[in-house]
Amino acid sequence: MSEILVLVEQVEGEVKKVTLELLTLARSLGTPAAVWLGPGITADAKAKLAEYGAEKIYVGGSEELVQYVVAPKAEALAQLVADKAPAAVLVAATAEGKEIAGRLAVKTDSGVITDAVGLGEGFVADQSIFGGGVNVRAKVRRGTPIVAVRPNSTAPAPSAGAGAEEEISVTLSEAAKAARVVERVKQEKGARPELTEAAIVVSGGRGVGSAENFSVIEGLADALGAAVGASRAATDAGWYPHQFQVGQTGKTVSPQLYIAAGISGAIQHRAGMQTAKTIVAINKDPEAPIFELADYGVVGDLHQVVPQLTEEIKKRK
Amino acid sequence: MNIVVCVKQVPDTATERKLRSDDKTLDRDAADGVVNELDEYAVEEALKLKEAHGGEVTVLTMGPGKATETIRKALAMGADKAVHLSDDALHGSDALSTSYAMAQVLKKIGFDLVILGSESTDARTGVLAAMLAERLGASQLTLANKVEVEGTSIRVQRITDYGFDKVEAALPAVVSVVEKINEPRYPSFKGIMAAKKKPVETIAIGDASIDAGQVGLDAAWSEVVDFAAAPPRAAGTIVKDEGDGGANAADFLASKKFI
Repeated sequence: MSEILVLVEQVEGEVKKVTLELLTLARSLGTPAAVWLGPGITADAKAKLAEYGAEKIYVGGSEELVQYVVAPKAEALAQLVADKAPAAVLVAATAEGKEIAGRLAVKTDSGVITDAVGLGEGFVADQSIFGGGVNVRAKVRRGTPIVAVRPNSTAPAPSAGAGAEEEISVTLSEAAKAARVVERVKQEKGARPELTEAAIVVSGGRGVGSAENFSVIEGLADALGAAVGASRAATDAGWYPHQFQVGQTGKTVSPQLYIAAGISGAIQHRAGMQTAKTIVAINKDPEAPIFELADYGVVGDLHQVVPQLTEEIKKRK
Repeated sequence: MNIVVCVKQVPDTATERKLRSDDKTLDRDAADGVVNELDEYAVEEALKLKEAHGGEVTVLTMGPGKATETIRKALAMGADKAVHLSDDALHGSDALSTSYAMAQVLKKIGFDLVILGSESTDARTGVLAAMLAERLGASQLTLANKVEVEGTSIRVQRITDYGFDKVEAALPAVVSVVEKINEPRYPSFKGIMAAKKKPVETIAIGDASIDAGQVGLDAAWSEVVDFAAAPPRAAGTIVKDEGDGGANAADFLASKKFI
């Protein structure tokens, strides 16, 4: 079977869950080959990639690959595509993953599909567009299929692969070094999972009422091991940082469970969370449109309901 | 500084959006057209940079005749002139062909800086800025929530999952902006009146050396195989909190094995 390249996402040497999902997905369509770009691959990371089915691990360990914006990774992948003629390239549908996919598509004269929520035979991808209103099946018809897949689209399942390491040397063009990263500023809050790849997301909106009251949302999130999100109303009010905004002009999340507290569910918010598998809504207003999406809804004051729910979860653990 | 802002007309999110059953492209007649929201932030940022450094702001849009409405809005906000790439041959273009066609126009009209929203509310691919940078050989400074220009160098704060990166490059550059970057101004009455007199150049693909074989539905690198309205979610259980709403929700979560 032909090789399918999977671009590895990692944080400080640890392979992110979405990469394990992509390897699992790739296994059903061909032979998965992980591509690690940047310094710092560890024995643990290699073992993890092999555990989830990577037959090959291509390692480009140059520091230069991460010192510039997006272009070096696209260039390295383009060289691999030229050398290995893979059946497809899969990346995570994160903001940066999609940008890498876009540049790679231009470089290799290939079609690209973004935000796939499923991928089947012939690399036909499922997408959910227009705020979740329309389901589309799309495919690439020119070049090597490049598909950006949303986190949480596939349940990661281990199945050992050979994990044969192959070093790749990448020659970067001057153009790839045009935009240099001079400083990385981390603002991540505590130990919570990253918003776009969390299996559970608890979001607060206008009904939360203040920045201080977001501790109620954080309490529930921590009891569930979840990420915290916020609606635009809440981030615009300055109650929660902008990078946690879920919706049309914020992040798109597709978790197993999404809990919306004090969020009315305007179309702009729904566009960012509608593909969640299970949705729970808590809102005082029984007419709130979020209840149309909810698998379970509580009409009530989140300041009563959420702390009680948090306590119940802690009790039952 | 010669700044080009790319704007897109998109169907209003508040109305029902559809694909056409015949060729599976966006049904532009089904919904009202509005300026893509993030592109308004791009226009605002371009105007701010012009106010600080001088130069000219050109609006560029690609789309059918109706897209002129989008140009007028940007001109009313304060942009100086506009170029409208409009040609039936462009209908059905995907991101690759759109980036190709727009890059050809940008090469023709020249630029120091190209600014656009980080994604459109219709296709939401989020790839156009990166593709333009690749095609134009320009610096890519995308997902910016802060932009500073000094002489021929540019610095941005690029939003990341963990916070932000400080990024610097030399012009020419392609910048995409996120919503947090500024507060777009409302066009004044004076601005609306002045916009009517500003030059709008409408061009066809031949005017920008765009190869007809690389654009439109037939040339698209990807295709929609089929589509259907999402089945409505099965009606959920909605309960009124009678003092036990949290406990009931916990029961639900337990039944779904989340706890």
